[in-house]
Amino acid sequence: MLALQLVIQGILLGGIYGLIAVGLSLIFGVMGVINFAHGSMMVLGMYVAYWVFIFSGIDPYLSLLLAAAALFALGYLVQASVVNRILDYPEAVQVLPLVAIGLILENACLLLWGPDPRSPQTAFSLASFHIGEVMFDVSRLMTFGLAVVMTLVLTVFLWRTDLGKSIRAAADNRTGAILVGIDLNRINNLSFALGAATCGAAGALLIPLMPASPHLGHDFTLTAFVVVILGGMGSLFGALTGGFILGVAESVSTLFLPATMKQLVSFAILVIIMLIRPQGLFGGKR
Amino acid sequence: MTRLSFLLGFCFCVLLGLPLVLDKYLLGLFIMTFYYAYLGQSWNLLTGYTGHVSLGHALYVGVGAYTTTFLAQKYGLSPWLGMIAGGFLASVIGLFVGFLGFRFGLRGVYFVILTIAFAEIARIVVSHIEALGSFSGIFLDFNPGFLNFQFKGNVPYYYISLGFMTASVIAARAIETSRIGRFLVAIREDETAAQALGVNTFKYSMIAIAISAFMASLAGAFYANFIFYLQPNQVFGMSLSIELILRPIIGGLGTALGPILGSFILTPLSEISRAYFSKGGFEGLHLILYGVLTVLVVLFMRKGILHYVKRALSPLLRLQR
Repeated sequence: MLALQLVIQGILLGGIYGLIAVGLSLIFGVMGVINFAHGSMMVLGMYVAYWVFIFSGIDPYLSLLLAAAALFALGYLVQASVVNRILDYPEAVQVLPLVAIGLILENACLLLWGPDPRSPQTAFSLASFHIGEVMFDVSRLMTFGLAVVMTLVLTVFLWRTDLGKSIRAAADNRTGAILVGIDLNRINNLSFALGAATCGAAGALLIPLMPASPHLGHDFTLTAFVVVILGGMGSLFGALTGGFILGVAESVSTLFLPATMKQLVSFAILVIIMLIRPQGLFGGKR
Repeated sequence: MTRLSFLLGFCFCVLLGLPLVLDKYLLGLFIMTFYYAYLGQSWNLLTGYTGHVSLGHALYVGVGAYTTTFLAQKYGLSPWLGMIAGGFLASVIGLFVGFLGFRFGLRGVYFVILTIAFAEIARIVVSHIEALGSFSGIFLDFNPGFLNFQFKGNVPYYYISLGFMTASVIAARAIETSRIGRFLVAIREDETAAQALGVNTFKYSMIAIAISAFMASLAGAFYANFIFYLQPNQVFGMSLSIELILRPIIGGLGTALGPILGSFILTPLSEISRAYFSKGGFEGLHLILYGVLTVLVVLFMRKGILHYVKRALSPLLRLQR
């Protein structure tokens, strides 16, 4: 029974991992850039939702739109001012400004909100119900549902709208995209902004589950890497599935490892998958 | 070239004499400057010359610090010997990481993530080993004496760290001008082309990572016996991995003097601004400055500040090029 409970918890957590990773995957898919500031952006989203809740009482499940909008703007800015200039740099040098942006965001959070963890008491914080012997947290369930819905919305946007199609075209073949008249700079800005926005939304979804603290970012950046490499760089479906796999693996590992060691499982998965299937479970190209 | 070596010799002599006039606080500042310059150099030898970006170099610092301290506490082994042992252990670990990375063709970001993963694994594992103090870390006893690598006052640490830094510059310069150095740069510029010309890129990448890991771990041993406190999040953490790469990047990657220049710019700036800002309740502001500086340098001075200093000084020093 405990195992079933843990699997369910893992799946619920996996939804949010998936949403975070979808943003990372989108950014990588279009520009081939790894967003090392991803976790810090998500933490910023947590704080935005936290602030909105403190000042206006709006529940994080609604203010996730605000958090997404704020991060969308930030992502747009980062892409337009920094990332667009480094796209032609060697991969090694590309890493550094994004690490630096992560550092800036992390410490901006520290400066604004201090080092202590912040967690608001929202309406659903402690609600739960049972099906048989398995307990469901309402907040986890909400978070999971919204994370999956948002991933689906993003997928529909990318597959059904003209703008989404141009983003996919740019991801597929940059030169080809330019040839058919797609404004690549605009698409880049938009993709990075969208990736950041999903991060912001994920942050808002997480705030009912765990307290926000400035240094959470690293762990989530790494988790997002693991998920994306597991699912395959640039594959949105892979990111979501990878999120579920990692969520379940981490959750079930607490059966035989101390909870503080659950990250070890994700790193072990990361190293193994990189060695035996570097394109990921669902990735076609590298 | 002779004028350049004259200038460097002059700087070195000034640094040799500084303890006569500096107080304890300023000596400490210089020690940290040398320490980060040396650490940056160790990273530079791998990433600056071969282009394989490691974002997990804290791993080797931590291995050096913990091995030295463990051997000293458990078996009473002098840190001078212990740090050699730590160095070899770090090299072996580095070779393992390198083997996985280079043999399985993990290039670019994949290699970066591999190095982060191993540093994090080490951090988590050490956090759970009782004999190494687990989460709360190890406090070192203070037994001053040359053999114990522990001293009263900052002057001996000053000269040791200055020695480390100077040796690292000489080593980097020696590697740079050697056959191996040329191969390393060839790997950075175009690995496939280097292979096509018959360079065994795997072998030379492995050599670079072994040397780099060895050097970084010596810095860890120094840190342990200077700070007297080890904690996994500090010596294995991602923050250190980021911290130690900023100086070579800002100074100039792939040059023997870049990490030194970077450290002389960044370390005093960071220490002073850290003290200044945290006094005013602005904790973290100095790291924001760092971040902004890094972004600006990468965007507008890709070759690092050393390149511009060199250009400005070249008429004076009669440098070629």
